[in-house]
Amino acid sequence: MARTHMPRRALDRGLSDLGTKTLALGKNVTQMLEQSVNALKSRAIEQAEMIIIQDQDIDRDALELETAAEVLIARHQPVASDLRRVISTMRIAVDLERIADLAVNIARITVDLGDEPLLKPLIDIPRMATITQEMVQESMIAFVEEDLNRARRVYHRDEEVDGLYLQILRELLSYMLQDPRTIQRAIALLFVARHLERVGDHATNIAETVTYLLTGERTIGEVEAKE
Amino acid sequence: MQTNDVVMQINQLNLAYGAFEVLRDITLGIKSHRVTAIIGPSGSGKSSLIRCLNRMVDLVPSSRISGEIYFENNDILSSQCDVVQLRQRVGMVFQKPNPFPRSIYDNIAYGPRLRGVRRPEELDHIVESALRDAALWQEVHDRLNTSALDLSGGQQQRLCIARCQAVKPRVLLMDEPCSALDPASTASVEDLITGLRENVSIVLVTHNLQQAARISDYTVFLLDGQLVEHGPTQELFTRAEDQRTDDYVTGRFG
Repeated sequence: MARTHMPRRALDRGLSDLGTKTLALGKNVTQMLEQSVNALKSRAIEQAEMIIIQDQDIDRDALELETAAEVLIARHQPVASDLRRVISTMRIAVDLERIADLAVNIARITVDLGDEPLLKPLIDIPRMATITQEMVQESMIAFVEEDLNRARRVYHRDEEVDGLYLQILRELLSYMLQDPRTIQRAIALLFVARHLERVGDHATNIAETVTYLLTGERTIGEVEAKE
Repeated sequence: MQTNDVVMQINQLNLAYGAFEVLRDITLGIKSHRVTAIIGPSGSGKSSLIRCLNRMVDLVPSSRISGEIYFENNDILSSQCDVVQLRQRVGMVFQKPNPFPRSIYDNIAYGPRLRGVRRPEELDHIVESALRDAALWQEVHDRLNTSALDLSGGQQQRLCIARCQAVKPRVLLMDEPCSALDPASTASVEDLITGLRENVSIVLVTHNLQQAARISDYTVFLLDGQLVEHGPTQELFTRAEDQRTDDYVTGRFG
């Protein structure tokens, strides 16, 4: 039987629109995350306050993306790889929106600390921030370029982040044990580390969603088990 | 009675065939340059409703109609309405393609010739642009003088759309235009319909809910001759206001 070209322009337009929207959201969230850590490092309270306000835009964009995906499903009943693409963008939107919330949490800590000196110079937290930012960026590139190997590298970097988190936790614990008066400031930094650790988890989720989009497998573990 | 973005305004339309009430108190504005799909179970009055819009319903003996339908500032239900002229302005495409048993060229040129267009260059131009509008030119330009009956079903249906387009109607009514077509032809006709919006407002009756969801901008849901819901298609298919609409689009009845 001759292959007939089935026009599917409306669906393709819708899918490409979802992709563009996801990418834009990813860009804004990555920027927000970077700014939240910079604001903490440079103790820029005004910048931190801006980030908190900016979250409204992110929430609105994420909701818009979800609605666009919902409408595409209702109107075009996508199946197979088309369906996975729609589901993937909905999942990625949730992870991105959560990452933005974590950036807001970090910004709030900066605001709460005010001009009180930090407990200790920031060394491991900026390292953790750099890695998690890269993970978010890389997971989004993996999504755009449909790059399974890149997604897998993001997945494996999460161990690095978890390791750093434990290291920071131990270090801050020793401060607190030595001098209980440091507890409040130590906890502030511990929360920052915890939030960054969660950012790493969400970037890993995005990487796994990319894996699902490209292979239909639910987790990178499943893909690697098949090899 | 008509706003700029409404091409046809229907007010309190009632239609009966003898003692049988087919449409009851329909009030509805058809949006200009948009595709409006009319959905509903069999016997809900979908076809009867679009047949009112070009007075085809007059052909049913014992039909009684009341209410108003404003189109180009006239009530087309009034006795002064010139029905022949109306049907040029409001074209219609049927379920089964019905090309005239003539050449492709003559099918398209038929309407313009009736209206007195004689100059060959002008007719050539009309035929070409109508076929291009209907996305059929590429497929038939080298055999315009062959019989239209030799075309495939999908091509015949697009030819019928081109034939309507040749007289430049303002509204195009379509009664189940794809139900006699295979999936590939359906897709080509659907693609054509979405593209035609630039030139014409379209009212489409369809049994195929997916088709309504895919190609229409607005959807009207009829049930037992009454209008249950009318709204943007994406709203109707994601969060219908009326429970009966939700039940129908989710396939719980009908």
